[in-house]
Amino acid sequence: MADMRTPLSRARGLGSAKKGTEHFWMQRVTALANIPLMMFLVGALVVHAGSDYTTMTGFLGNPFIGVVMLLLIFSACYHMRLGLQVVIEDYIHGEATKLLALIANQFFTLTIAVACALAVAKLVIG
Amino acid sequence: MSEQSKPARPLSPHIQIYRWTLTMMLSILHRATGVALYAGTALLAWWLLAAASGPDAYALVQEVSSAWYGRLVLFGYTWGLFHHMMGGIRHFIWDTGRGFDLKHVEIIARITAFLPPVMTLGVWLAAYIYPGAL
Repeated sequence: MADMRTPLSRARGLGSAKKGTEHFWMQRVTALANIPLMMFLVGALVVHAGSDYTTMTGFLGNPFIGVVMLLLIFSACYHMRLGLQVVIEDYIHGEATKLLALIANQFFTLTIAVACALAVAKLVIG
Repeated sequence: MSEQSKPARPLSPHIQIYRWTLTMMLSILHRATGVALYAGTALLAWWLLAAASGPDAYALVQEVSSAWYGRLVLFGYTWGLFHHMMGGIRHFIWDTGRGFDLKHVEIIARITAFLPPVMTLGVWLAAYIYPGAL
């Protein structure tokens, strides 16, 4: 009886992804959040389809709108990072190319998120 | 893998051998719209950054988005968004363990294919009709 560890503690953290069901769970959580958030964006764009610069920046500068926009940006970017990760893993089989594509996916989604978030922050804070 | 021609074992048939079905098309379109929406977020970032930059930067966004090609891309993006959203809701139904029998799979598939174009047209009609929108 050299090993005093439980079977669970030995199994924990193993497996290819080391994250258990986190990918699946966050994919679904962000998907659920995206439904009302995207409906909001579409609705806002319908109302402001022909708005000029002043009206549009006034709308986006509203803190309440800014909160929703930030939630939308982070939920959408999180969701699309998970989604494209699966697409890359399905179709790209060369190990080096796959790793580069996965890293590019991280960079792209984070860049979009930061760019959008900074723009919203500037529109709200001024 | 590609160098080995004709391996001496039976291979599972690839997609071109199957008859096209609606559920198959929806599955492929769900992934395709997902990738398109992914790329299209660059436009969302451009729109927001331009609004934050000033009137000159924003004027370019307005120019491109009101041109025919801009409208075409946005129209396609609207459909892609709704298609992906409906596909996601379909997966949520399956997540509850319901709707896996063939009859319901077909019913849900038809709804998933039919609603997004209707929603897209509805949204664009609303955008054109809404007072002050043009």
